[in-house]
Amino acid sequence: MEGHITCVICPVGCKVSVRKEGVQYTIEGNRCARGEEYARNELMMPKRILTTSIGVSNGTLPLVSVKTPRPIDRARIKEIMKEIKNLSIAAPVAVGDTVVEDIDGEGTPLLATRAVSCNGGREKTTLPT
Amino acid sequence: MACALSAAKEGVYVTLLERESSVGGVLNQCIHNGFGLQFYHQELTGPEFASRLIDDMNMENVKIISQSYVRDIDVRKRVAQVLSPDGAYEIQAGALVISTGARERPFGSLLIPGDRPAGVMPAGVAQRYVNLENRIPARKAMILGSGDIGLIMARRLTLEGVEVVSVLERMSYPGGLTRNIVQCLEDFDIPLHLSTTVTGISGDGRLRSVEISKVDENFTPVPGTSRTIDVDALILSAGLLPQVEDFSDNLEVDPMNRGFLVSNTCESSTEGVFAAGNNVAIFDLVDYVAAEGWIAGRHAALFSRGVNTSGDRVPVFRGKNISVLVPGIVDMEEHLRLYIRLRKPMEKGVVVLKELKIEKKFSYGVPSEMIQLVVNRDKLQPLMNYGKLTVEVQ
Amino acid sequence: MRSVVIGGGVIGTLIARQLSKFEGEVILIEKREDLGQGITKANSAIIHGGYDDPPASLRGRLCARGNELYDRLARELKVPVNRIGSIVVARNEEELKKLEELLVNGQANGVRDLRIVGREELHELEPAISSVFNYALYCGSAGITEPWMVAIAASINAARNGAEIITGDGVVGGRVEEGSIKSLRLASGREIKNIDIVINATGLFYEKVARLFDVEVPPVKLRRGEYILLDKRASDLVRRIVFPLPTASGKGRLVLPTIDGGVLLGPTSEELQDFTPQELKTTAEGLYSVRQSGKELIPGIDSPQWYVKSFAGIRPESSGKDFYIKAACEIDNFITVGAIRSPGLTAAPAIAEYVVLELLPSIGVSLEEKRNFDPFIEEQTRIKELPFEAISSLIESDPLYGKIICQCNEVSEAEIVQSIRDGARTIDGVKFRTRAGFGRCQGGFCSWKIASILSRELGKDLSEIRQNVPESWITDGKVRERC
Repeated sequence: MEGHITCVICPVGCKVSVRKEGVQYTIEGNRCARGEEYARNELMMPKRILTTSIGVSNGTLPLVSVKTPRPIDRARIKEIMKEIKNLSIAAPVAVGDTVVEDIDGEGTPLLATRAVSCNGGREKTTLPT
Repeated sequence: MACALSAAKEGVYVTLLERESSVGGVLNQCIHNGFGLQFYHQELTGPEFASRLIDDMNMENVKIISQSYVRDIDVRKRVAQVLSPDGAYEIQAGALVISTGARERPFGSLLIPGDRPAGVMPAGVAQRYVNLENRIPARKAMILGSGDIGLIMARRLTLEGVEVVSVLERMSYPGGLTRNIVQCLEDFDIPLHLSTTVTGISGDGRLRSVEISKVDENFTPVPGTSRTIDVDALILSAGLLPQVEDFSDNLEVDPMNRGFLVSNTCESSTEGVFAAGNNVAIFDLVDYVAAEGWIAGRHAALFSRGVNTSGDRVPVFRGKNISVLVPGIVDMEEHLRLYIRLRKPMEKGVVVLKELKIEKKFSYGVPSEMIQLVVNRDKLQPLMNYGKLTVEVQ
Repeated sequence: MRSVVIGGGVIGTLIARQLSKFEGEVILIEKREDLGQGITKANSAIIHGGYDDPPASLRGRLCARGNELYDRLARELKVPVNRIGSIVVARNEEELKKLEELLVNGQANGVRDLRIVGREELHELEPAISSVFNYALYCGSAGITEPWMVAIAASINAARNGAEIITGDGVVGGRVEEGSIKSLRLASGREIKNIDIVINATGLFYEKVARLFDVEVPPVKLRRGEYILLDKRASDLVRRIVFPLPTASGKGRLVLPTIDGGVLLGPTSEELQDFTPQELKTTAEGLYSVRQSGKELIPGIDSPQWYVKSFAGIRPESSGKDFYIKAACEIDNFITVGAIRSPGLTAAPAIAEYVVLELLPSIGVSLEEKRNFDPFIEEQTRIKELPFEAISSLIESDPLYGKIICQCNEVSEAEIVQSIRDGARTIDGVKFRTRAGFGRCQGGFCSWKIASILSRELGKDLSEIRQNVPESWITDGKVRERC
C-alpha cells in the first residue's frame, strides 16, 4: 500500500511518501520527525477538527457555530454530519457550552463557539442580528 | 477591535464605529479555526476570536457604536459624519484609525462572457448564507479561485451536502495555504485544476453550466481545451480588494499593495490618521491583521494625547521578486515588522534587507504565504545613513 | 372607455400615463416582475440630440420632440436628466463632411444647440479625447438619464391617476369579435373583458403579440449590443457622450458617463440570426471590441482596475430602420408600437403623445380630458443625495433611514422598504429602484440583506425570493431544519 501526502505541520509542506509492507511503514520525504509522525497518523487514521453548526431553537440566531476541541477520526465525519443535521439546542447558549456530549463515540464533545441569546432578549454585541 | 483594545490600554477614550449591528466583521461567519494562534496563543474559530476581543474591549470600556455608517470624513480635521438609526451626528477625534478591511472582487469585473444568471456569487456571500442565514445557496457548485476563502467554502459546502465539482485556479500554483489545500480539497477528493479558468457562463434565470478552459501564462485561453460543466452555482474566490477608494483623494495609496501607504507605526500620509489591516494590504493571517491593529491603536492613542511618537523616517523600496510589501515607510522609533509576498513561487531564497545587512532564508516560498520579519528598533540606525531601506529576495 | 397597454417598458408606461390624462380606464400589463426590465434597462441611457435621424422619418420627428419633453418629464416624474452634451468626433476633412451632413440633418429636425467645433474647442469640451481628432459635432441638448426609473416613475404616476398596473403576468391570447379585440387572456388565467383599445408596446415581442391576433407587422430583427461599465474613478476622463463617426451599422461604440457617476463603454451592434430574445449574452470578441473602441476615443479609459461589469441589451428593428407605430388594418382597435430601436428612449415621451393624441383620434377614438390629472409624483428620498443636515429629521421620522444597507451607494433600509411597498418584489426590483447593489462591491456586502428584507416585507421564506425571473432562485433549503 502506497501513498503521498502533504504534511501541514509547518509551512514547508513536505511531500511525504508512505509505503506499507506488511506491518512495516517506510516513510520518506519528510524533513523532520514531526513530519514522520504526521504522515504515519495521516495514513493510519487521519484526524481533523470538525467545525460546523447546530440548529438553535428560540434563539436570536437560527444556528450556533460549534467545534470539536480536538481532532477526530476523519473517516467518521460524513456520518457525524448526517446525525447532527437533526439535532438542535435551545437558547441561550454561551461560548464553550457543550452542545453535544459525545459526537464520535470517543467522548469528544461539540462545543459552542458563539453565544446565542433567547428570542426577545437583547443580544450582546457579539453576533449579527 | 485589536486597535481599539490597544488604544484603550493607553488610557484614552476610544470609540469604535461599526457599520453592522454588532462588531466582528467576517470573523462572525468564519466558523472554521485557524485564528488567534499568535494573538491569544490558542487556536480559535472566528466567532471565538471575536468574542475574546469583545470581552477584552468591554473590560477596557471601549465605546462600541454599532449600526453606524461613516458617510464622510474630513481627514485633516478628523471629523466624521455618521448616520445611524439613532440619528445623524458628527464625531471629532484626536486621532483616527481606518480599518475598513477589504471587499471581494466582484464577478462582473472579470468580464467573463455569457449570460447573467443568478447563482454566481462571491465565496463570502455563500459563507454568510450557510453559516449565519441558515440557507444553502447551491446544489452543485464550482469554485473559481483557489484562495483560502474558496477552499474553506469548498469544504463547508461539501459537508452540508452540496456537490462541489472542482476548484479552478488560473495561476499555475494554488492561491491558498497548503494546509487548506489538504484539509479542504484532498480530504474530500475535490480536484484542483491549475492554469484553468471559466470562459463562459450559461443560464436563463439560474446558472445552468459554465465553460472552462486551460489558460497560458498570460491567462489567454488555450484553443481546443474548453469543456462545459453543468453546475448551478459558481462560487468566486478571485481575490480581495482593499477598501480605500473613499479616501484615495486624501490618503496616499501604494499602487502595488493597492492599499494605504503606511509606516511601521501604521500612520498614513496624513498626520494623526492611521490605517491597519486588509485596507493596507491583503494579509493571509488574521493574527497579522490583529497585530498591526494593535500597533496602530497604540500610536493613534499616543498621538491623540499629544505624545510625539514619530522619529526620523525613511522610505522602503522594493527590490527583486517582491510584490506586496508592508510598510512603505520605516519610522525609527518603532520596531519594524515587515510583511512580504513573493512575486512567484521560489523553492528557496533569501529575503535581504539591504541597508541593514539582515537576511532571512526560506524554502518552498509561495506568494500565498506571507513572509514576516521583525527587526528590533535598536537595529534600525543604519537606515539613517542610507536614507532608505531596500527589500529584495535573492 | 377601457384601454389596455401591453408592455411595461419606457414606451408602454409613458403611453399608459398619457392615457391616464383622459377619462376612462387604463390597464397596463407587464409580464415580468417589475417595470422597465426588458430593453429599457439595457441600453446606453442617452437622450439623443436627434441629428442622426432622417428628417422624413418618424424617429427623426419624434426624437427631437422627445428630447425637448425630457425637461418636463424630469420635473414631473422626478427622474434624473443630465444634459452633459455629446460630441461626434472626426479626424480629418474627409470625416468632417459627415459631421456637416449630420449638422444639416439636425437643423432640419429642429435640434437645439448644435454646432461644429474645431480642435481647440473640442479639447476644451473633452480634455482627455484622443489627439487624433480635430473636429467634432457638439450637441448641447444631448444628455443622460436613468431609463428604468422613467418607466417606474411613469407607472407610479399612471397609477396615481387611476391606471391599474399588472406585473408578473403576460398576455397569452384574446378574443376577437367582429373585427375588434373584446377581451384578453393572461398567463395567470385572468381575463380582461370589455376592451375598447389595445396598444402593443411589447419591445422585442411586438411581432409575436401582433400575430396573436393575426395582425401583419414588419418582421422583427434583433440587434444585440454589449456594454462594459466602469468604476466612478474612470469618470475623471469623460465629461460628454463621446461618439465616433456613425456608420451604416449605427452610431458606433461610445464612451459616456452614467447618471450615477460611472462610465459606460459600448455598444457593439450584432444582428441576431434567429428570434432569440433571451440571448442576452456577452461575447469575448464583443467585449474586446468595446474596450478597443473606448481606448481609441479616450486613451487610458480601458483600465482593468476599473471594470465593474459587462452586460448585453437587445433592440428590435425592422428592415425599414424606422419606428413602426400604426393602427392595424385587420383589427380596428389595435395599435402596434414596434421596432422601437435607437432613439427609442429619447423619443418615448413623444411616442406617447403621438399614439394617444394623433393615432387614437385617427381611428375614431374620442378622448375627454380629465380635469384632475396630477402629472407629478413625489421626489424619491435618496439618503445619498441629501445634505447631512437634512438627514437628522428624516431619521427621527423613521430610524430605518439611518440604517444603511448598501454601503457603497449609501442606501438605507427605509428606502428599500419603500421600494418594496412601491412594487419591487425581487432583488433586481429593489436594486433598480434604489441603486442598492449597483456600487463597487456589486452586492457582495448587501445582496443577502436585500433578500432578507424582501423575505420579511413580503412574508415569504428566503428560498422563495428571486433575483429577477421565477427561475432565478437564490437559496435552496435550510442548513438545519430544526431551529
